Amino acid sequence: MIKILKYSFYDLMRSRWSYIYFLFYLALGFILLFLNQDVSKAVITLLNIIIVLTPLIGTLFGVMYFYNSKEFTELLLAQPIKRSNIFVGQYLGISLSLSLSLVVGLGIPFLAYGLFQSAEIFNFFSLLLIGAMLSFIFVALAFNLALYFDDKIKGFGLAIITWLFFAVIYDGLFLITMLMFDDYPLDKFALGATIFNPIDLSRILIILKLDISALLGYTGAVFQDFFGTSFGLFFSLVLLSLWIILPLLLIVVKSKRKDF
Amino acid sequence: MIEINNLVKRFGKLTVLDGINLSFLNGGIHTVLGPNGSGKTTLIKSILGIVVPNKGTIKINGKEVIGKWQYRDDISYMPQIAHFPQNLKVKELFKMIKDLRNTSINENELISLFQLESHLDKKLSNLSGGTSQKVNIVITFMFDAPLIILDEPTTGLDPVALISLKKIIKQKKDEGKTILISTHIMSLVEEISDEIVFLLDGKIYFQGTTDELKKQTEQDNLENAIANVLRESDD
Repeated sequence: MIKILKYSFYDLMRSRWSYIYFLFYLALGFILLFLNQDVSKAVITLLNIIIVLTPLIGTLFGVMYFYNSKEFTELLLAQPIKRSNIFVGQYLGISLSLSLSLVVGLGIPFLAYGLFQSAEIFNFFSLLLIGAMLSFIFVALAFNLALYFDDKIKGFGLAIITWLFFAVIYDGLFLITMLMFDDYPLDKFALGATIFNPIDLSRILIILKLDISALLGYTGAVFQDFFGTSFGLFFSLVLLSLWIILPLLLIVVKSKRKDF
Repeated sequence: MIEINNLVKRFGKLTVLDGINLSFLNGGIHTVLGPNGSGKTTLIKSILGIVVPNKGTIKINGKEVIGKWQYRDDISYMPQIAHFPQNLKVKELFKMIKDLRNTSINENELISLFQLESHLDKKLSNLSGGTSQKVNIVITFMFDAPLIILDEPTTGLDPVALISLKKIIKQKKDEGKTILISTHIMSLVEEISDEIVFLLDGKIYFQGTTDELKKQTEQDNLENAIANVLRESDD
């Protein structure tokens, strides 16, 4: 598995798209710091970008890589390698290379700006950690879709819809429900509904870390109550990890039965 | 020895392999023939574990192989169309495959046989179809596996490369390897096969030597014999 990981990673690190992704974050970091002149403001702006962009790029890279390397996968399948190792290896290769682009791309400008002198260092690293976790989650979801649908167009379409659902539609449904049932106490429901969307979960986590939860109003208090404690933090990290582990298990199960 | 028992493979409603019973003895060149869509590639891929059969068993040298992977150490496989990671160079691909299989056989002889020296530093995405196929051949034959499976190996090869390919196949046969080939090129079949298996609509229609097939169909050349089989099956 390590070998497959190594080669997928190596393959991606040389692809033009990885550079573009890396350069994008590099430019973004410098521009934000230049415009804001302040690390903590830059971190908040980054939050909004990372929370939407890493899932989108993860989804797109995930399906694209899977479909593009189909023949290579066939070559690997004919070698004495366990099936699940091929797919898990490729999965880790993509996720790691995307996370690396994110971490290094944003790390360089923030380090250059003097991150270590700033009080925001911990928040910045949580943001990078969340971004990396979101990459892992959405690459895993994309891999599942690509494994289930041999038709590229279908796989691509559904991957985009998955991203759209978690990034936009879910929030819409959430808001509609809140409006329709606003006579009832909904804070527990809001908490529950957030947990099932990795993007929302990440957003709330970071907002609470940044101590701007007043923006969230009354529900924010409930959230603060829950996520603000070390148990809440631990719980949400466990949930995000589950969002990685469960799709990964599905990849293993599905890949065992698939024909190529 | 490969023993296949009651092998069934369906893709949705389409039954591609319909209860195949087949055995290949060790050594010699065995050719799988059949019209397009008769299940040749599916049969080969089932043996390799790339396709998961619905029913049946496949044993290689007495050991059940479905769902296993270690047995592929003893198989060299050449797929019909080869596509490789586009960002790698040819020599990096060779290095990678050697690394994945944990063996260190010298491929230089094969590289010079197929005149690939000048291509070693090129990226795989820049190779022509025929050159990729030559790379594919080198990858297949750079290991000393006792079972060699070739799926339509002649696709896109120029005559010089084709002669080299036949030479290697014969050499491997003389070394006592078992070779399984699927092909449409009748001249190749007649020239090198020890045994042919004729697949039709997912069933074994014939297994034996070329002479036996000619005798059975009362034809004096293989092409006509095959055509005869196909005509009969239409009636």
